[in-house]
Amino acid sequence: MPANQQKAEIVRTEKLTGDIFRFTLMAPDIAADARPGQFVMVRVGEGLDPLLRRPFSIHQVAEGGLLQILFKVIGKGTKTFACLQPGQHMDVLGPLGRGFEYNTYREHYLVGGGIGIAPLLFLAKQLLKNNVSPAIKVLLGARTKEEISVLADNFGDMGLKVLLSTEDGSLGKAGLVTDLMSPLHNENQAMVYACGPYPMLQAVAAVSRGKNWHCQVSLETIMACGIGACLGCAVLPADMNGYVHACKDGPVFDADDVAWL
Amino acid sequence: MNISIGSLQLKNPVLTASGTFGYGEEYDSLVNLHRLGAIIVKGISLLPRRGNPPPRIAETACGMLNAIGLENVGLESFLAKKLTFLQSINTPLIVNILGDTVEDYQQLADRLNGVEKVAALEVNISCPNVKQGGVAFGTDPNMAHAVTKGVRRHFSRPVIVKLSPNVTDITEIARAVEEAGADALSLINTVLGMAIDIKTCKPKLANIFGGLSGPAIKPIALRMVWQVAECVSIPIIGIGGITTPEDAVEFMLAGASAVQVGTTNFINPKAAEEIIQGIGTYLAENKMASLQELIGRARRA
Repeated sequence: MPANQQKAEIVRTEKLTGDIFRFTLMAPDIAADARPGQFVMVRVGEGLDPLLRRPFSIHQVAEGGLLQILFKVIGKGTKTFACLQPGQHMDVLGPLGRGFEYNTYREHYLVGGGIGIAPLLFLAKQLLKNNVSPAIKVLLGARTKEEISVLADNFGDMGLKVLLSTEDGSLGKAGLVTDLMSPLHNENQAMVYACGPYPMLQAVAAVSRGKNWHCQVSLETIMACGIGACLGCAVLPADMNGYVHACKDGPVFDADDVAWL
Repeated sequence: MNISIGSLQLKNPVLTASGTFGYGEEYDSLVNLHRLGAIIVKGISLLPRRGNPPPRIAETACGMLNAIGLENVGLESFLAKKLTFLQSINTPLIVNILGDTVEDYQQLADRLNGVEKVAALEVNISCPNVKQGGVAFGTDPNMAHAVTKGVRRHFSRPVIVKLSPNVTDITEIARAVEEAGADALSLINTVLGMAIDIKTCKPKLANIFGGLSGPAIKPIALRMVWQVAECVSIPIIGIGGITTPEDAVEFMLAGASAVQVGTTNFINPKAAEEIIQGIGTYLAENKMASLQELIGRARRA
């Protein structure tokens, strides 16, 4: 699937909370080929600082060539993005990387932490095309209620069962998203799709192994090009034989293929 | 827009820099590869190299640090898996080579001499991110001479030597390499640097140090091209933070016969094509009939 570079018009901007934004872009060439778990690289303005493109999971695609990204304002790049208005353009490269493998198993656990929830909405939508909703459970964790309440509603509106955890106990179970996994019991072979910070993914992989669930994780690494040229996004594989690269071999990996260090 | 680098004829003076353009195929859907002056592929060693542990890159003001550590598929895998695609592109292929010993470089040169598609070699004696070889050859005039001579003896087409800026006097190395029979020089490789994460209180790169590239290093590169142009008579290929046609023109005014586009490929894959176009426009607007009128013009002023 070849990558495209597009000047994508911003159709809509949503501020979900103080520092989390959802942008809807008109990017038909990229949206047409996109699969859940893939990502885009977005250029920060026309200037030289910040220099590098920023990677974002594809949050959703919709009819008419629409593509959404979800981001949290963390540094200079995301701060610049947050100031953009509908009608302005973003230089977007995508779709990139290897997305989630799905539709092989009969029970699906979508496990997201914080801003890592982004690609799971797209995945849920695709899973619903071939599965009944009770076969899909969405487990979301964050530090506070503000970070996940809108997203939880988005999954809920799709008719999916959503379990929530927050570290401060302001919504759902007080604790970590892995605490939501522990009590679950599957009747059929189950697949876990996880995206979030590295320690969370490591914990999700461990819980999944204990329950004999197959687990895929979407890894976030620093990267410069997104297309396999810079080799900056090295990930140590489980066999420790050389490195694999998040942009081409991932960002989605089988949890058993990653050397969890 | 034609230019010769030794006996190598290029349709234009814009090349893609080693380490920023993979093996060409990565950019196939984003760039018209047939338009490029030449493609310089990721540095190849005799055996595959796994590279440095992550994190390997860090962004800095107007630039980036990298410590990839010369990860590459190795010579045999390059010939078996990467060459076929490059042969299908109507653009000269330049292979960047690296080794730990003079013998490594000679063996690479010898083997690639037999591959017709390889139009020239770029000898990497300047990577700052590996412990052996690499920069050690690039910082000692005698070793730079020995490597160049070894490659020269085993390769019949143009030999370009890529110089490190991490030296006290780049002209000394440049002269040693010219004397050893290099057909051209490319400069500069990345500038050794580092960055520290003040939240974790640790260096941002696992390798601690890395090579700085991007617009941040352009003035350093331009100065070095100027200095080297003063003291050698072989062609110079300018590298360092070139992102626009204007940047490329500056390097050529300083004395470069051609330029390489590097880090910018990551941000704007179409940059090399835009620079080719832009140099043409500059020549036309300034009523210069050929690149020869541009090259070194600032030195004659």
